[in-house]
Amino acid sequence: MTSLGERKRDRIDMLAAQAGAVPTGEVGLSLTRSAFRRLRRDPVAIIGAVIVVVFLVVAAFAPLLAPKDPIAQYLLSEIRPGSIPGAREGFPLGVDNLGRDLLSRLIHGSRQSLLIGVVSTVLGVAAGMTLGILAGAFGGWVDTVVMRFVDILLSIPSLLMAITVSVLLGQNQWALMIAIAVTQVPIFARLLRGSMLAQRGSDYAVAARALGVRPARIVFGHVLPNSVSPVIVQATLSLATAIIEAAALSFLGLGDPDIARPEWGAMLASAQAYLSIRPWLAVWPAVCIIVVALGFTLLGERLREALDPKFRR
Amino acid sequence: MLRFIIRRLLQLIPILLGLSVLLFAWLRALPGGPAQAALGERATAEDIARYNELFGLDQPLYVQYLRFLGRAVQLDFGTSNRTGRAVTTEFLERFPGTIELTLFAMVFAIGVGIPLGYLAARRYGGFLDSSSVIGSLLGVSIPVFFLAYLMRLVFAVELGWLPGSGRQEVRIDATRITNFYVLDGLMTREWDAAWSAFVHLILPGIALGTIPLAIIVRITRASVLDVVNEDYVRTANAKGLATATVRRRHIIRNALLPVSTTIGLQTGLLLSGAVLTETVFAFGGVGSALRDAITNRDFPVLQGFILMLAVVYVVVNLLVDISYGLLDPRVRVR
Amino acid sequence: MQRRPSRVLAATAAAATAVTLSACASSDRSTGTGGGEGQAASGGTLVFGAAGDPAMFDPAFGSDGETFRVARQMYEGLLTSEPGSTELVPELATDYEVSEDGLEYTFSLQEGVTFHDGTEFNAEAVCFNFDRWHNFEGLAQSPSASYYYQAVFGGFANSDNPGIYEGCEATDELTAVITLSSVTSKFPAALALPSFSMQSPEALQQYDADNLQGNEEDLSYSEYALEHPTGTGPFRFESWDRGNGEVTIVRNEDYWGEPAQLDEIIFRTISDGNTRRQELEAGSIDGYDFVAPADYQRLEDAGFQVLVRDPFNILYLAINHGQVPGSQANPLLQDPRVRQAIAHAVDRETIVNSLLPEGAEVATQFLPPTVDGWADDVTTYDYDPARARQLLTEANAVGTTLRFFYPTDVSRPYLPDPAAMFQVISEDLTEAGFVIQPTALPWNPDYLNVAQAGGTDIHLLGWTGDYNDAYNFIGTFFAEDQNNQASAEWGAFSQPDIFAALAAADSEPDASRRTELYQEANQLIMDFLPGLPISHSPPALVVADTVQGLEPSPLTAEDFSTVSIEG
Repeated sequence: MTSLGERKRDRIDMLAAQAGAVPTGEVGLSLTRSAFRRLRRDPVAIIGAVIVVVFLVVAAFAPLLAPKDPIAQYLLSEIRPGSIPGAREGFPLGVDNLGRDLLSRLIHGSRQSLLIGVVSTVLGVAAGMTLGILAGAFGGWVDTVVMRFVDILLSIPSLLMAITVSVLLGQNQWALMIAIAVTQVPIFARLLRGSMLAQRGSDYAVAARALGVRPARIVFGHVLPNSVSPVIVQATLSLATAIIEAAALSFLGLGDPDIARPEWGAMLASAQAYLSIRPWLAVWPAVCIIVVALGFTLLGERLREALDPKFRR
Repeated sequence: MLRFIIRRLLQLIPILLGLSVLLFAWLRALPGGPAQAALGERATAEDIARYNELFGLDQPLYVQYLRFLGRAVQLDFGTSNRTGRAVTTEFLERFPGTIELTLFAMVFAIGVGIPLGYLAARRYGGFLDSSSVIGSLLGVSIPVFFLAYLMRLVFAVELGWLPGSGRQEVRIDATRITNFYVLDGLMTREWDAAWSAFVHLILPGIALGTIPLAIIVRITRASVLDVVNEDYVRTANAKGLATATVRRRHIIRNALLPVSTTIGLQTGLLLSGAVLTETVFAFGGVGSALRDAITNRDFPVLQGFILMLAVVYVVVNLLVDISYGLLDPRVRVR
Repeated sequence: MQRRPSRVLAATAAAATAVTLSACASSDRSTGTGGGEGQAASGGTLVFGAAGDPAMFDPAFGSDGETFRVARQMYEGLLTSEPGSTELVPELATDYEVSEDGLEYTFSLQEGVTFHDGTEFNAEAVCFNFDRWHNFEGLAQSPSASYYYQAVFGGFANSDNPGIYEGCEATDELTAVITLSSVTSKFPAALALPSFSMQSPEALQQYDADNLQGNEEDLSYSEYALEHPTGTGPFRFESWDRGNGEVTIVRNEDYWGEPAQLDEIIFRTISDGNTRRQELEAGSIDGYDFVAPADYQRLEDAGFQVLVRDPFNILYLAINHGQVPGSQANPLLQDPRVRQAIAHAVDRETIVNSLLPEGAEVATQFLPPTVDGWADDVTTYDYDPARARQLLTEANAVGTTLRFFYPTDVSRPYLPDPAAMFQVISEDLTEAGFVIQPTALPWNPDYLNVAQAGGTDIHLLGWTGDYNDAYNFIGTFFAEDQNNQASAEWGAFSQPDIFAALAAADSEPDASRRTELYQEANQLIMDFLPGLPISHSPPALVVADTVQGLEPSPLTAEDFSTVSIEG
């Protein structure tokens, strides 16, 4: 195993170990429940949650919320090189360089960002968990092989990995999502494996085994459900990373080739040319990315602390 | 200690082998294979056959792989499709720039991050604390290239305080020895050249250093908070040691352990973060070359650069691990 | 120019061995940092932002604008175009005479000219250059290397088609006679191109100039082309720092004509247009090319000089006629009504007003109005979405899917912002009832490869004229190849009337008759509508207010020798 990973892994494994630790503190209250109780009183977590919920709602109801068609070039004929009409009635945030309504594009853009974030994270979680479960459940040489593979993945910096995958798969939305997902696989694989190892040694697993419960049932009935919370925490944090990474790939020219389709990263990248004329064209999508990433990060961090027995006072 | 280092080095081997398999497979997996990638869409079947024979692509896979490995060990990754020059030559020419930039970014992140994190922890809950927490959260949420653009716009274009692109003022006819421009300037006593190269590092360096800065502040703050609650600090205080001594000997030293590992990890990551920063600042390093390779579909360069960067990343982390082992005896035993 | 001939060119290759390795000190620090101290006239250094790297410095193997820009300052040809116009004027030739039959050209040469290496320029040298081109072998014959020689002369001594070059004779020290086997409107106009620059026979031989390595896609050039380019021009080659994308050329102190004002020019590659603008604003470069239309006003307001060239280009939407073997092109595009629907669907007026710089105009045909042969009575296709829908309905093609390709990461003189252009046209076509399936490809090599191989349904491309001749536009696009088809870019359609009209015009020695023939050709082309001509737009360069004497050229052939810089 490489040095690199060592630290990255330590963090992941710590998270895993927390999940493994069977709740002891508050008798009769599950860890998750008590965590939620604490989160409800935490203003930072609430801010994060509100941001996330607003974002989800906007994305879900984008067609209803957006005042205009995000693709129609309403004011194109009024645009001249070097001058873009400003905000006016019907276009509260103004229009972009092709006369499209900026507000509607931002609203629809949330869908694309959410789609990329969620799909890539789900893919990453699914692949990572499969690997992690394989390694954790079988142990032995399977564990060694899987973990060596994961170490190799970890040894490529994630942006380079995303670029590699994206170049390989060609330029399209799905390639983008898979590219981002691949960078998340090793994280979830380690997380799951660590948490399974921690729980295999736990009293209830030992007891179940002693009672003759089939190993598969132990894994899916006991171990897995108990690993869910660190996965949720990590997935929340990964969503933030995925959204930022998608913007970076768009910026590098590896985004969705259908550039008419609104996406924050691509909007931000193309607005650079108009920074001196209409800086808001760049600022708005940037603010959206930052706020949403911040929302997921805040929520994820607080969730992690809430679930960590160490932080309980 | 020696055994520890040797063990670590041995652990590198499977990683590097695995990496090489991955990148070898990558070029094979391209639609049409490497011949198509090199010859273009309109290459005829004969062209491809000729190319395949020339480069041994008609051989069984394992033979091809061993050859690839053999060449990779000699740092031979073929020639760039775009410039026709050896990939390794291009890498070596550009890597010093990226190293300079990364070092600057890291020095900035550490120099600002550790004191800030420490002060934030000392004034736990105060204004400095909460603003540094918010700042560090923002720091990891902002797309780096946007920040870079903003900084360029403000400090290079509008205010004109600092140069916003390139590695050195082009009108200076500087002597090149190592391609580390600052170093070259110092070695040849061309002070203007050294100064210009240094000034060119500031904006991209700060932009690149933002994320590590945010993370270092957070980790420093957290670990100082952890340490002040440790028994030995309480003991030391109880013993009546001078506050300064306690801080120096016990708090700072112990708090820095987790920080140092973060620094290692981040240094590796900066190498890839440089792709974005160098592109915005038109900085002639490895990152901007990678970006050019992406836009030109220059596969040999992509493959070679990524492999070499990954090796550097792994090695940097190894070095950090070893130094960590020197700092903290407990690590060696594991 | 500005476009690769076939699938190639970008391959700006270089022999790895010829490269100055990073480890070697490349110190040419002659006069300390001040630069130019102790020299007679101190004209200063001009730093000019280029959009891309030159391929190398042997213009005989060049065909892209960045290579030509540098080559034009170091080399001269027999003829050149007058600064600021497309007019053909003598340069190294003082004069020339044409025989009655238009086959024999007698060039009288400038006296007292020497190459940068001290070799004398004379009739022998002229013939050496022509013979060199004619005798290219192997890779040097590939279109990625000697595109322009082939385009003008048709072939090589040792190729299937020997071309129209018969020979060159040095009848005395300063008289060279060039003989052709048939008339073409391209000669002698093409001699103003950098590809036909006079190079030092001595240096060409010493540094093995014709020794190309690699393959067509990926050429590695000779030591000559990379390190020892030797011409007669007002500047000579100094160095090429590839890592930083900087080409340095210095004044030729022994220039035969009016010496250059500047001591030194550094061409610095900054591929991103915004970065170029910001670098100018920050003062670290003195000028750059390919100003984005959106920046004209802002830069002028800030006190910079925006030098707008006359439009001498064409942007078009190519349509694939599906005759390339194995073509996946939509067969409905062979129906003239579908092509007409495309033409009526696109609002070119709005495109010209909103996306292109002031002074741009809608193209009625594939030729700018300033070129002889432009016809004022071609069939036109006005913006009329209703008509477009009706035509589509008639052709039973409503909902036809078009694979629309556009390039990324590039800005061309005729196409400043491909992504915006794509989105606007795409929206227009969708409006008319087409379904657009977009594909974005990096300009070079992918986009050019696919577009020129006929791999698209429709795509955006254009052309900047090399010299004032209609054939350089419509001949380049629509002349027939050896299979009696148009080029693959247009889906290799067969339209004998167009082919015949173009061939007749090209070989017509009488200028006014030739103009008429080209007008007829243009009418035929626009009746057939092989694609949609969109616009002619004026590209611009910009320089700081301290820079004087740069004359914008419609051919993008600016001469920097007259440029001076204050301070």
